[in-house]
Amino acid sequence: MYSYSDFDAAFVAERNRQFRAQVERRLDGSLTEDEFKPLRLMNGLYLQLHAYMLRVAIPYGTISARQMRQLAHIAETWDKGYGHFTTRQNIQYNWPRLKDVPEMLDALAEVQMHAIQTSGNTIRNVTADHFAGAAADEVEDPRPYAELIRQWSTDHPEFQFLPRKFKVAVSGSEHDRAVIAFHDIGLRIVQKDGQTGFEVVVGGGLGRTPMIGKVINSFVPKEDLLAYIEAIVSVYNLLGRRDNKYKARIKITVHEHGIDDIRERVEARYAQIRPTFEGADQQMLGAIKSQFALPKFKQAATDAYDSRYENDVLFRSWADTNLTAHRDADHSIVTISLKKHGATPGDASADQMRAMAELAELYGYDELRISHEQNVILPHVHKSDLPAVYDALREAELATANIGLVSDIIACPGMDYCALATARSIPIAQEIANRFDELKMEHDIGHLKIKISGCINACGHHHVGHIGILGLDRGGVETYQITLGGDGTEGAALGTRTGPGFSAEEIVPAIERLVEAYMDHREGPDETFLAAYRRLGMEPFKAALYEDARAEAA
Amino acid sequence: MPKPFTPKVVTANDLVEGDVIYLTADDGWTRDMREAELITDEAHAQIRLLHAESLPLQVVGAYLADAKQGTDGPVPTHFREDFRRTGPSNYFHGKQAETAE
Ligand code: HEM
Ligand code: SF4
Repeated sequence: MYSYSDFDAAFVAERNRQFRAQVERRLDGSLTEDEFKPLRLMNGLYLQLHAYMLRVAIPYGTISARQMRQLAHIAETWDKGYGHFTTRQNIQYNWPRLKDVPEMLDALAEVQMHAIQTSGNTIRNVTADHFAGAAADEVEDPRPYAELIRQWSTDHPEFQFLPRKFKVAVSGSEHDRAVIAFHDIGLRIVQKDGQTGFEVVVGGGLGRTPMIGKVINSFVPKEDLLAYIEAIVSVYNLLGRRDNKYKARIKITVHEHGIDDIRERVEARYAQIRPTFEGADQQMLGAIKSQFALPKFKQAATDAYDSRYENDVLFRSWADTNLTAHRDADHSIVTISLKKHGATPGDASADQMRAMAELAELYGYDELRISHEQNVILPHVHKSDLPAVYDALREAELATANIGLVSDIIACPGMDYCALATARSIPIAQEIANRFDELKMEHDIGHLKIKISGCINACGHHHVGHIGILGLDRGGVETYQITLGGDGTEGAALGTRTGPGFSAEEIVPAIERLVEAYMDHREGPDETFLAAYRRLGMEPFKAALYEDARAEAA
Repeated sequence: MPKPFTPKVVTANDLVEGDVIYLTADDGWTRDMREAELITDEAHAQIRLLHAESLPLQVVGAYLADAKQGTDGPVPTHFREDFRRTGPSNYFHGKQAETAE
């Protein structure tokens, strides 16, 4: 794993010292809120509905056991004993007090973590495929590049006041687990004529105007990556609209100018700045790469796994649902569900964080990942250790076998926490999960992604849910609008609205009718909800949502 | 025609704690909405809001929230203010927990 250089450590310490002084000056009245707000946002501190909220970056979703333990310690010492893992591979604390935040930041710095650039119009936490370095289908581990981008973008003098926030995601696999088509810049490692480089996608985004990113360059040689990205951000910095916050993201710039025009401008800028990249970044990359070397994988027999798999149905169900193929045939990738039926998606208690940290130490080469789907991953576990991992997860109430199923829901904080929300999202997620748990259907239903946002900002990715749910305020009543057919992977698609929304009481039965319609119409268990929707179109689902309801009411 | 004025309370977040507070008639701050001053006059509402905004050492983000007279004092008319005076629905945290003590 990447370890801070002296420069990184000194930089974070200095920023924390500055922020501590800023908090003091706010509390003694020398700073007004108008002056203080941008300063606190630069350090990830928001003011939400019921309290402040501190957003901590987990770069490319990778953390060590020691860091996870520290997150638990922070949750217990200065918060209410839990943390919320988000789709941006961050962790949010929902209840800090202003005067405690400098202490929290110092505690984070002790384990080489921080909250810098988790807010504001800067280049945000670079996210990555949560299976990076472990996936069987990977060309190359994308995280060294993510780390390079993080170092280049952190405190980059030219890019601290961009027209709007800027999000970058990287993946090293054909199969997109990092939602790269919906980021300001999405990067995918590809090979061409024996060379490694990046397919660069630009102008994707969710929010009020969702857009699928467009390929600006199908192959940028890997040594030119930073220069090329700098060219993109630099063009956007000048061209992006600062007159209207809702038109300021690069997706609008690309939409208004057209991808060909943007490509030309980027090429021109690239030609100018490329000579100024004289290889220092490549030396850095070399050093970074050595820190991401794979662990030395354990060699052992896997009989213990095989016999448990044969003999224990619950274990088998968990293994079938929560394990993914690893590049080493005797290892597995373990996804730990933070979606126990009825629990808040993405929340983990301090005890659960410690339990996961311990498993990483004992069986996982000291590595954990946070996924954008709000789960935690042990990227490398030898198969012989899986029974022990499973037993410990059960003990910690972390063994729910539902990855990729209907209860593995992404939900943003919504109106239970978020000041921008127009409706709640967490209780809807809880009720849907409980309902399908009661029905004992979710393994039959199979792969189905439900994603819920509490307002049009779309932090819960509803546009790319197979079933998306958007909470709105319609005349003072929480109302939920459904979209179908969204896809955040390589088949990138935006969901289509079904029609009028549903009240909080109606939404769970409505989702149930949708799923029933799918079960009635599918060609067989191998045809997923998304595939069935693509084959059948909206009609049968619309009928299930609206006509059947009317028939029942009549 | 301008919309008729509906009754309001002045609400904000506490600077240090970050939690929801309401302005009382005697210029104090309360964490219990029922003790807030229910303002029925538009001009008075602006004066009270300006007063709240002149206290940057105590409050952040003061605004006027719609309210109406309930049996024990002002109550919200919109669900957002109802959540603000209660706390989140997924845990028994925030105001609901504090007033239960
Ligand atoms: C609770 C405080 C939060 C606030 C105030 C907030 C604010 C926003 C805003 C204003 C946007 C729209 C940006 C635009 O379209 O220009 C947005 C988008 C987004 N946020 Fe949040 N958000 C919050 C929490 C979260 C959480 C908890 C997550 C992760 C679960 C998250 C992830 C995202 C994502 C993925 C997007 C859409 C991608 C895009 O930028 O287009 N946010 N957020
Ligand atoms: S989608 Fe809206 S309600 Fe949900 S976290 Fe984002 S800003 Fe808040």
